[in-house]
Amino acid sequence: MNASERSAAAPGPTPPAPPPRLPVTSRLGLGLFLVYVLLYGGFMGLVLARPDLLALRPAGGMNLALIAGLGLIAAAFLLAVIYMLGRRDT
Amino acid sequence: MLHDSSPLAVAIFLAFVGGVIGLSFWLGRTKQSAQAYYAAHGQIHWFVNGIAFAGDYLSAASFLGICGMIAFSGYDGFLYSIGFLAGWVVALFVIAEPIKALGTFTLADALDARFGSRALKTAVAASTLVVSVFYLIPQMVGAGSLITPLLGLPHTAGVLLVGVAVTLIVVTAGMVSTTWVQFIKGSLLVVFCGVLTAMILGRGLVENTGSLAPQVRTVRSDGTVLVDGQPQSRGHDLRPVGTLLRLPERYAGRTATGPLGPFEYLTVLEDSTVVTWKATKTSDADGTHTTYTPRERPGSELLLPGGYFQGLATGRLTDRLDFVSLMLALFCGTASLPHILIRYYTVKDGAAARKSTVVGIAAIGVFYVLTLFLGLGALTSGALDPTDTNMAAPLLAKSFSTTLFALISAIAFTTVLGTVSGLIMAGSGAVAHDLVANVCGVDMTDHEKVRCGKLAAVGLGVVAMALGILFRDFNVSFLVGWAFNIAASANLPALVMLLFWPRTTAPGIVAAVTVGMAASLGWILLSADTFEKVYGLSRDLAPMPFSQPGLVTIPLGFAVLVAVSLATAPQATLPPHHDR
Repeated sequence: MNASERSAAAPGPTPPAPPPRLPVTSRLGLGLFLVYVLLYGGFMGLVLARPDLLALRPAGGMNLALIAGLGLIAAAFLLAVIYMLGRRDT
Repeated sequence: MLHDSSPLAVAIFLAFVGGVIGLSFWLGRTKQSAQAYYAAHGQIHWFVNGIAFAGDYLSAASFLGICGMIAFSGYDGFLYSIGFLAGWVVALFVIAEPIKALGTFTLADALDARFGSRALKTAVAASTLVVSVFYLIPQMVGAGSLITPLLGLPHTAGVLLVGVAVTLIVVTAGMVSTTWVQFIKGSLLVVFCGVLTAMILGRGLVENTGSLAPQVRTVRSDGTVLVDGQPQSRGHDLRPVGTLLRLPERYAGRTATGPLGPFEYLTVLEDSTVVTWKATKTSDADGTHTTYTPRERPGSELLLPGGYFQGLATGRLTDRLDFVSLMLALFCGTASLPHILIRYYTVKDGAAARKSTVVGIAAIGVFYVLTLFLGLGALTSGALDPTDTNMAAPLLAKSFSTTLFALISAIAFTTVLGTVSGLIMAGSGAVAHDLVANVCGVDMTDHEKVRCGKLAAVGLGVVAMALGILFRDFNVSFLVGWAFNIAASANLPALVMLLFWPRTTAPGIVAAVTVGMAASLGWILLSADTFEKVYGLSRDLAPMPFSQPGLVTIPLGFAVLVAVSLATAPQATLPPHHDR
């Protein structure tokens, strides 16, 4: 039910209802969001400030640019699963 | 290059279109309520909704554009993938559950939940329409551009085919049919990209040392095309490109690696030597000449940033700011796109919204990893068309078999259906529910609300077709970026501050949405990219220091909201409909 429907359903002479309380985003969600912002921001910082580091190849395998890019995609999924498990009771 | 269309691709595509339209009519066979039309009764299963998120979000730009960018410019195409996926983190952790709890059918419902302001609904409905139209244009033009090489039909036919099919899908069963079309499309896209990636890894890397002589394509003033000075024909055309020149030393004496694992594929490619082709345009009295010149490069260079975003290599401050601004817009834009946000109203509660977002992140994340392999597979396939980066994925498929080409071509074309139907649904809700019912105050029965929504969908379908034909020759590749910038600048400050700052007022939101939308749009229209690609003027004449506005206009939206909210603080405590 939206605001207008809520309003239409309210009895006329009674005082107006208080504004609907906004749902609060969970502390866990905000914490995980900050973790991802740090990862994403850190990666962008490397791209801009130290691109030479992205060419490094730990253990002779893929370069750091590929590891970081694939890692960011994996991290998004991992954090999403943590969030889902952490909030499954709500 | 001249491409042979595939009758099998036409048949598969028509079968798909016929199938989804038939499904839509079947789903819409009973009388619908407004709740069913706009929000699928809120009863879509979270898994179906999650895959439908992928079907809604993964447009032709994601599939063909990113594959092409990786195939021609290397790693920088993958940066787009990273940015597009990162936006879903904002959606899940910050926006998903509150938006589900606050709204009913549209973004305006959610932002207006506390206020009951007509001005707010008008501003948000306008923002929804602007963002949706900016997103619609490249989809429709893309449909027209793809249909000729893929299905052998003229541009207008592609636009009309998509426009009519999508309009039918939306008006038959609204959000229910739109959801199922997006679910089918999302599933097909991920599955067949997975199949193609498995084939790439199975083939491994193969040396293909074709001719590396430069090629020249001339377009004369009368429209005729020459290749290396001779008229273009099927017997005399540009050579396909995409060369793996040398495998690493450990493969000495061999011309193919054989099957490779995914990480091994990337490592071997880094150690290989590849050839990319640089296009240089010149004009004279004979016409416009594009010279394609080969350049031998180590694979390791292509797998680093800087191939497309050349400012990363040159170090110019404005180029770097442009890059940061784009990545910020991609990060903030996803959670502000109205056609994505309305999908949260199709599930039953916040938990389902959360779970469906996780499924969406999984499907979209897998898809973007697959596009890395598709792009790199195309880069070394020897099958690329140097004139058309968008054809990279279909031509890669053709290097395996014509049947796969037909399948990938048909799927590429159907990607447009899923995205456009979501955009038309978002626009239909903004017109019928926000503007007609809530702003203009037209009193409608439930049945009339559905009819109004369907009429709006037909109108938007016609507008989409007209724009697709009108903007036919327009360089639209960056319009999706515009849509992300406008959405992030106009909608994100309002969404975030409404949730986290209790002093947010209706006038504050109206001002933030209006200023964010106008500032980002104005910045784009005065940017160097627009001067060069749209107006055909010199980049140096553009007054804006860089082309992507988000770095300035997203903070501007927040600042305007705070300033106006502080100046109008008492408004926040008034009951709903106080300004009517």
